[in-house]
Amino acid sequence: MMKEITTPFTKDKVAELKAGDSVLISGTIYTARDAAHKRLIDQMNNGEELPFDLKDAIIYYVGPAPAKEGRVIGSAGPTTSYRMDSYTTPLLEKGLNGMIGKGKRSEEVIDSIKKHKAIYFAAVGGAAALISDRIKSVEIIAYDDLGTEAIRKIEVEKFPAIVVLDSEGNNLYVSEREKYRE
Amino acid sequence: MREIHVSQITEAVAKMCIDANYYISDDIKEAFHTSIKEEVSPIGKDILGQLIDNSEVARDLQMPICQDTGMAVVFCEIGQEVHLVGGSIEEAINEGVRKGYEEGYLRKSVVNDPLIRENTKDNTPAVIYYNIVPGSEVEITVAPKGFGSENMSRIYMLKPADGIEGVKKAILEAVELAGPNACPPIIVGVGLGGTFDKAAYLAKKALLRPVGHSSEIPHIKELEDEMLTKINKLGIGPQGLGGKTTALDIHIETYPTHIAGLPVAINISCHVTRHVSKVL
Repeated sequence: MMKEITTPFTKDKVAELKAGDSVLISGTIYTARDAAHKRLIDQMNNGEELPFDLKDAIIYYVGPAPAKEGRVIGSAGPTTSYRMDSYTTPLLEKGLNGMIGKGKRSEEVIDSIKKHKAIYFAAVGGAAALISDRIKSVEIIAYDDLGTEAIRKIEVEKFPAIVVLDSEGNNLYVSEREKYRE
Repeated sequence: MREIHVSQITEAVAKMCIDANYYISDDIKEAFHTSIKEEVSPIGKDILGQLIDNSEVARDLQMPICQDTGMAVVFCEIGQEVHLVGGSIEEAINEGVRKGYEEGYLRKSVVNDPLIRENTKDNTPAVIYYNIVPGSEVEITVAPKGFGSENMSRIYMLKPADGIEGVKKAILEAVELAGPNACPPIIVGVGLGGTFDKAAYLAKKALLRPVGHSSEIPHIKELEDEMLTKINKLGIGPQGLGGKTTALDIHIETYPTHIAGLPVAINISCHVTRHVSKVL
């Protein structure tokens, strides 16, 4: 079933989504991947202010390709999420409500998602040119020196994603696969 | 003796880096169209449709199919009758990678040291393999490799007693553990035999064989067919969201090995397994 949501991604919006829903996301989301996550956690541990407010935010795990002239961003598909697992719980504790990536999460993250009532979305890995077309503006807001891994504030319009882990602990990677295992 | 100036190698590598990343190869395109007809999962079918659309958008807008434009893996088959002039071939290849990744707006994903991790900002160095062959030509293959799938690759040093059943178990375990992380539908490269390192090299090389082309060794072809069927019964499906299209193909390359060993390397590759070759 196709649903549309607009950020900020508040708890009432989280509660409406169930594993298996196809979602079109519009509004502001933030990009962060491996090195950016490490810095966010270091900053949190040092008591420093973070470059963006995590409350009701969505983080997209992506390291985009460079933009050609006339485009705001290059190819921008999701990266594999499990590499962010060890950083995720503290971010959920700070109010992060949504993550977009691809692939499995650790048991710890699955438990945290349920506990903190958040959502993990999958975008289609490799569908990077298609997704790039749904990104309307891009601004680097932190860690510029990390290049493709810098934190970007991006405006998206009808960004396609699938709810894989919902706030009740349903896991599409498990439930759908069981249907087709022979 | 035939002379080839290394600047020709630079130009060829630069163009191949771009072409490999912008255009999906015909064999994979065909496999997408076949699998979308056969896929039974509605989500899986939808995802395969998005992958076809994506490859068309990438081609039309001249941009990379996937944002992970990979670490450049370069295979060189150098004819022993060729004299390479004008500088070092290694530098020429890296210059080609530098040029291609810059001019093609490809993502630079290489870090200088596995622990210090500073981006080299030009995607060099490439991983290069040289093979000296008869003749007076140089064949270069550029195979950019993304790490979503590379990270899911494995090597097993089995005992000879583990035999073919051990090999089958290792392949299925690797695919199972890769699950959705490797961007299925995947292509599975398997290296069987040789030494620890040779097996891994063969597994990588196996990914260069076009989808739909079986091994010419009868019992290996049989193993490939059986394993493709078994992999596609795991239920993983496109992007791991269920279905029968988990792998588009499996290619197994073999080499003689030692009486005491049975190395099995499994190099997992995503649905945009890229490689372009050129003969100079």
